Amino acid sequence: MSDNNNKSVFQNTPSGNGFKSTVVPIAIENVDTDQIIPARFLKATSREGFGKNLFRDWRYENDDETQPKKDFVLNNPTYTGKILVGGKNFGSGSSREHAAWAIKDYGFDVVVSSFFADIFKNNALNNFLLPVTVSEGFLHKIFAAVEKDPKTELEVNLPEQTITLVSTGEKESFDINNYKKTCLLNGYDDIDYLLSMKQTIEEFETANK
Amino acid sequence: MGKTLFEKIWDKHVVKNIEGGPSVLYIDRHFIHEVTSPQAFGGLEKRGLKAFRPKQVVATADHNVPTLDQHLPIKEELSRLQVQKLKENCEKFGIELYGLGHPFQGIVHVIGPELGITQPGMTIVCGDSHTSTHGAFGCMAFGIGTSEVEMVLATQCLMQSKPKLMRINVEGTLNKGVVSKDIVLYIISKISASGATGYAVEFAGSAIRNLSMEARMTICNMSIEMGARCGMIGADETTFNYIKGRLFAPPAGGEEWDKALAYWKTLHTDEDAVFDKEINIKAEDIEPMITYGTNPGMGIGVTGHVPALNEIDEKEKPSFQKSLQYMGLQPGINIKGKKVDYVFIGSCTNSRIEDLRMVASFVKGKKKADDVEVWIVPGSKQVEKQAMEEGIHKIFEEAGFMLRQPGCSACLAMNEDKIPAGKYAVSTSNRNFEGRQGPGARTFLASPLTAAAAAITGEVADVREMMP
Repeated sequence: MSDNNNKSVFQNTPSGNGFKSTVVPIAIENVDTDQIIPARFLKATSREGFGKNLFRDWRYENDDETQPKKDFVLNNPTYTGKILVGGKNFGSGSSREHAAWAIKDYGFDVVVSSFFADIFKNNALNNFLLPVTVSEGFLHKIFAAVEKDPKTELEVNLPEQTITLVSTGEKESFDINNYKKTCLLNGYDDIDYLLSMKQTIEEFETANK
Repeated sequence: MGKTLFEKIWDKHVVKNIEGGPSVLYIDRHFIHEVTSPQAFGGLEKRGLKAFRPKQVVATADHNVPTLDQHLPIKEELSRLQVQKLKENCEKFGIELYGLGHPFQGIVHVIGPELGITQPGMTIVCGDSHTSTHGAFGCMAFGIGTSEVEMVLATQCLMQSKPKLMRINVEGTLNKGVVSKDIVLYIISKISASGATGYAVEFAGSAIRNLSMEARMTICNMSIEMGARCGMIGADETTFNYIKGRLFAPPAGGEEWDKALAYWKTLHTDEDAVFDKEINIKAEDIEPMITYGTNPGMGIGVTGHVPALNEIDEKEKPSFQKSLQYMGLQPGINIKGKKVDYVFIGSCTNSRIEDLRMVASFVKGKKKADDVEVWIVPGSKQVEKQAMEEGIHKIFEEAGFMLRQPGCSACLAMNEDKIPAGKYAVSTSNRNFEGRQGPGARTFLASPLTAAAAAITGEVADVREMMP
């Protein structure tokens, strides 16, 4: 758990510098947002504190925090880090932004997968959690490397849009639109932008009455 | 070159294209509910902002409301506080609320269409992924996160990247016992739970054209279960007839109606428009469907078998096995005849009056199996009222079904309506994810007809064998 909410780890990164971390692997496909944060924890009215219930039902037996499931990765001290790596179609299902809040609040700044569900991707970006889409092949290389050595590090370079397996130097580039990249590098959010164009919005309304 | 329905609506709503980035899109209607809105209002307050166009926002309480004794205060404290918070926020920001006790209260995607708020050509959003439902009216409708709810409250606009376009054509005549839920479960089983990610999907073809509005809503509702940004169907006479005379629709026969109708009649894909991808499906190939796994793409015909291990791609085996282990099922088994403990008929997918009528006409004179509990949860107060007026509630009562009060209920089990751990439910809802209907609950997704057949027999049954 951390005070990681609403902060961009990429803000003020000196150019050329990557963000380096060990990773937490979840090699399961179709991880839906109901698993990331079950619906019964959506009753809060603030954005904070969701990290403690991240993957709640995969993490604990009988919904009991004193009974951690030993085979689940978040309960295995061997795996730590600020980069979460998930299988294909990560974040599918419900639009709950609480899923992005929970991941960020737990302490992650980057999620890597070969494929993200649309709404989750937007939600992640709106919370300065960077979704990095890699090829299926690269994803399996990451899983294999981490299985061999849990201290495996990834380096994510947002200005250059690259992700590197530090141990081997293998590198891929990833897509992100320029606008969102600028937001993450500067800590801006969409509301600031939209508010700045209120007059244009009003003109649009008048023209389309 | 002609335009697709999606492009017609998109182009009309772009306020600005950001270079190398998304477009700023104007939003016509914004639905909100108690679960995904509090933090958005909190954000507005923190920034000292008002709601920009409160008259374009409509609120209801649906996700965590109880479905029994709705006249009493909500027992569960956090749910009560969340519903209370919605009321306070709506008062403070000047937003119309159809809350508990209001004759218009109900599941947000049921009340929008039935009140005539949903109209062709609109952009519609809600902090709920099943907002795609409204696409059945020739709308561009999609689910958004809470930060985006805040954006729309603050500016009536959103940042969106233009998705790719897919058309799914379903041609032909549906077989006996096959309804719109089977069509959409069939499509998802063919293209997978991520098969339409990155796309806006238009459903077309004669089998879709012949569906009622309720049936079309069921299909668009589950577009998100194939990953689509939104699902839509071109507006036609069926659409116009449904809207005519509804409370918030332009008064029929008036000048406003004529003007609206003239525009609505343009809301279909032009003959020569081009899609990035097209999928063709024969209606005759579809049989009553049921899911066996933990994502909606894991579906089979009710007479089919759960895939055997050698039918599964090597890379997908770990996820497949994890899923079957959760479901307590063996690879290769037949699904028909599997014992069922609960039947849930409800949710934004299948809780409209037509769904209840379909179930009632099938179960009339029949009784539920002894050891099955059957919950019918109408989508709205208006659906509930209509069911009473038509005497449908009596048929349910005689069959031993429990007719509850409107809400999202056991679809996501945020209220007390939970399927107990390890129990099997045939459900007309949209998601069979692990724990979705309660921790440890095991869900088979199906149509209202197949759910009704399970209620009567106490097992997964082929409804065709029970029909005249």
